[in-house]
Amino acid sequence: MLRTRVMPCLLINNGRLVKTIKFKNERYVGDLLNAVRIFNQKEVDELVVFDISRTRLNKKIDFDLIKKMASQCFMPVCYGGGVKSIEDFKRLFTLGVEKVSVSSLLFENPKVVEEAVNIYGSQSIVATIDIAKPVFRSNYIIKTHAGKIKRAITMSDITSYCESLGVGEIIINNINQEGTWQGFDVNALKNLTKNAKVPVVAVGGAGSLSDIRAAVELGGASAVCIGSMAVFQSKDMGVLIKFPKQSELEQTFRGI
Amino acid sequence: MTSSTSKLSIIDYGAGNIGSVINMLQHIGVSAEVINDSEKVKKANKIVLPGVGNWDAGMQKLQESGLIEVLKERVLEDSVPILGICLGMQLFLNSSEEGVLPGLGWINGKVKNFNFSSLEPFSKKLAVPHMGWNSVSVIQDCNLTQSLHENSKFYFVHSYHAEVEDRKDVMLQTQYGYPFASAIRKDNIYGVQFHPEKSHLHGMNIMKSFASL
Repeated sequence: MLRTRVMPCLLINNGRLVKTIKFKNERYVGDLLNAVRIFNQKEVDELVVFDISRTRLNKKIDFDLIKKMASQCFMPVCYGGGVKSIEDFKRLFTLGVEKVSVSSLLFENPKVVEEAVNIYGSQSIVATIDIAKPVFRSNYIIKTHAGKIKRAITMSDITSYCESLGVGEIIINNINQEGTWQGFDVNALKNLTKNAKVPVVAVGGAGSLSDIRAAVELGGASAVCIGSMAVFQSKDMGVLIKFPKQSELEQTFRGI
Repeated sequence: MTSSTSKLSIIDYGAGNIGSVINMLQHIGVSAEVINDSEKVKKANKIVLPGVGNWDAGMQKLQESGLIEVLKERVLEDSVPILGICLGMQLFLNSSEEGVLPGLGWINGKVKNFNFSSLEPFSKKLAVPHMGWNSVSVIQDCNLTQSLHENSKFYFVHSYHAEVEDRKDVMLQTQYGYPFASAIRKDNIYGVQFHPEKSHLHGMNIMKSFASL
């Protein structure tokens, strides 16, 4: 049987590995390449890396850094951040990245996303959707540009919209939960996954193995990303690059 | 590196993610060269044929490379070991449901699309492509399977799989809806459907074993 994937989700800003809380309170957590080497040793399923400085500041992709990272990665890696053109996709795949994630491009230039799907196959193209629930509101909204820009599309339409472009996987990043260690918003996940045809990956809120199980068992996620849990000892504690053991994860998913 | 480990020659015909393969070989201390001309294929002692993407596109690129005749000579006459990865492995067979071009036909069989229509209804939710980490069971013991153990898992990304005519040519089998050949072998011809270059230690062991054949 296929193993349920659990992946570290790493954030980079200007070449530095950082971690945020609800997309704010950015904290420096070390060197990306060092973290990648540790995750290699820990044999993680897959690595997800977002460069959060690219789209927001309209900067070009840091191809040198990605090249260094990909050459150290003996697991599949998904990269997102500042991907705008077919040329960007091509360079990333040539450098050894397996999957490329897009977010604002889904809304600003969907034709490029469709073209990338045609050339590289849906399994290589990932949509990452940031969702947030504004204060005093009961519904989530969709955001891009590291939470700075609100999109007109609703939660009920978002997965089918991404699927219509042909992406092979959708990462749902919950800004309200991100970096909080408080668990996933399982109801929001459930609403998104119930009609999804492609795998949905949950990110934002993981604080324990039982949170990871809940995202899969109750939220219907196909895979789970962990951020803080992979770079901190525990909540409000110091930096420690770590990852649950495969045996712990197997135990976590037992019976699902 | 042991003295029996000889250099691997990776065929660059424009349809493979060669970067990742090279990175891994460097990491495990296996020397490798990337080649795309027949003179170098003539001198190669061990060949790796990577490949990602569509069958016809891959086969066409291989034809355009002009290397098929010399590869055939080295593999079928000189018995040089060759390892096909993903589409590279599929090309060893006769044909594919993904395309119309004939394959190399070095191992008898077809490449088929995952088809779950004959399974119980609850199994139909299985997604294609088959993507992620899955386990393998050994059907044919050989040098490449020696490093495997019960928990060995590999990274797969594919929508089509090999169906060989002779069961003896199946090296490894994987369960996805039904069992399929996740690695094949006939004499000096080895092929793996998964990506050893992205499968951590298990993948490294496969590459090391091939390099020390």
